Amino acid sequence: MLSPADLDTLWLTFKVASLSTFLLLLIGTPIAWWLARTQSPAKGFINALISLPLVLPPTVLGFYLLILMGPNGALGKLTNALDLGALSFTFTGLVIASVLYSIPFVVQPLQSAFNSIAQQTLEAAATLRASPLNTFLSVVLPLSKSGFLTAGILGFTHTVGEFGVVLMIGGNIPDKTRVVSVQIYNHVEALEYTQAHWLAGCLLAFSFSVLLVLYTVLKTPPQVQQLK
Amino acid sequence: MPTLPARFKLAYENFALDVDLQLPSTGVTVLFGPSGSGKTTLLRCIAGLEKAPIGYFEIKGQCWQDSTKKHFIPTYQRNLGYVFQEANLFPHLSVMGNLQFGVKRQTCSTVNSSNFQEIIDLLGIEHLLNRKPDRLSGGEKQRVVIARALLLKPDLLLMDEPLAALDQQRKQEILPFLIRLHQHLSIPVIYVTHSQAEVAQLADTLVVMQAGKVVAHGNLTDTFNRIDLPFAQDKGASSVWQGTLSSHETNYHLSCVAINDNTLSLPLITAPIGTKLRIQIYARDVSITLSAPTDTSILNILPAVIKEIKADNTGQCTVRLQVDHQSLLAHITQKSAHLLNLKAELMVYVQIKGTSLLG
Repeated sequence: MLSPADLDTLWLTFKVASLSTFLLLLIGTPIAWWLARTQSPAKGFINALISLPLVLPPTVLGFYLLILMGPNGALGKLTNALDLGALSFTFTGLVIASVLYSIPFVVQPLQSAFNSIAQQTLEAAATLRASPLNTFLSVVLPLSKSGFLTAGILGFTHTVGEFGVVLMIGGNIPDKTRVVSVQIYNHVEALEYTQAHWLAGCLLAFSFSVLLVLYTVLKTPPQVQQLK
Repeated sequence: MPTLPARFKLAYENFALDVDLQLPSTGVTVLFGPSGSGKTTLLRCIAGLEKAPIGYFEIKGQCWQDSTKKHFIPTYQRNLGYVFQEANLFPHLSVMGNLQFGVKRQTCSTVNSSNFQEIIDLLGIEHLLNRKPDRLSGGEKQRVVIARALLLKPDLLLMDEPLAALDQQRKQEILPFLIRLHQHLSIPVIYVTHSQAEVAQLADTLVVMQAGKVVAHGNLTDTFNRIDLPFAQDKGASSVWQGTLSSHETNYHLSCVAINDNTLSLPLITAPIGTKLRIQIYARDVSITLSAPTDTSILNILPAVIKEIKADNTGQCTVRLQVDHQSLLAHITQKSAHLLNLKAELMVYVQIKGTSLLG
């Protein structure tokens, strides 16, 4: 059975993933929109930067974030100056890391959803008195519904599954940074295979059912290049 | 009559638009030219979908763009209707939702229910209102799009090759609606096409474009018949006359159409006396005689004056004549022109073998 400590890690994982997904959608939408519409020469650079977490070992990303957010890092100095303390080994730091780690999983489905909306559809809205913001809200959003669903689900599940980054910048602090994947590792280290089974089983069932929903509900399910 | 000044200069890598036009404030102005001639770009500049670095456009005392004052009203604040080549309905909304999309966003809502019903009837889309766009045929979509634009009561209707994406059958299905529209609308329409047939059926004013410039501009008949333009040499060259149905000769199954002081006989037209009609006369159906023939089976014989003759290299020549105030084209052989000693300002008679009614 799941111990209270295991349940705490599940709850913490849920909190990190929900908050990260929310922030990812908030940040990812304008980035994806810009990438889908821009002719700027910076597009390639930004695209590469956004996709970096797809290929980078999580430990590498985690290592740089640890340096950046630590007391001597640029971000750490800033947060120290603001009296917030260093972000490494905190819940906030974990959320920031999750957002960076999962950003391609949100931006790419959104970008391809936005790409599939013809420029002329937006122009038609403009000739029908819709301002650019109004066009985004009343034409682009409803037409990208499945893109948002895919982005949200992929962002959430990918955050749930992160391990390397968490270990590097969050460590293993109960109720702050100890997420499910770390807890499973702890159980295995302690040779508590039954406990590990329970948690691993939960994640397996969760991940599969989410993907099942994704592939049965959506008319155009995400393709391999979006999943990685 | 007030005109709409339209001046635009814009340059891309391989293309430059440079026009300075006074467009009429009523009727249909057709922008005609081959693809790449800049007609769509001009339309987009007028709509504000393209921002020409140098541009001026004014309608009903309202200036939409004046680059000298850095004044530019964005498209969504211009009171226009725009019909794109591809029907562009919003797929997530029903036909009704599409029709209401613009109306709901208008700052001063001027649409009342009778106007709504009138436009729905004009385009025959009553039975489609609850459908989703993916359940409509190409022709139906284009009719909904036109209705959607008209419901805004625009000051100007811009149409970018609305028939080009449709097959021949669908074109025939929509053209009558466009002709009806033409008769009902009091606002200026700017219509882009590369089809001579559409020019003949819809244009009041013709603007011919080539490589980003206006090469000819004027009323339909005069511009259509200008011998220096490609229309006149074309095998399907024709003249379009506007007339009024004046009487019927029911026993002969004929109708008489008054065109200024002349009258043409046409196969019986089922329309009330007084109806305005457009008649197309193909240049190949017009022959020329020096004296008034009396023993011919051809009914339509009119006095005319030769204005211009242009020979091509296939033994044919194109003759532009003046009948009353109307211009008329004839395609005859060079041999005939030589034997009859035809030259400019000669008084002749034209025999018109066939005419077709354009509605």
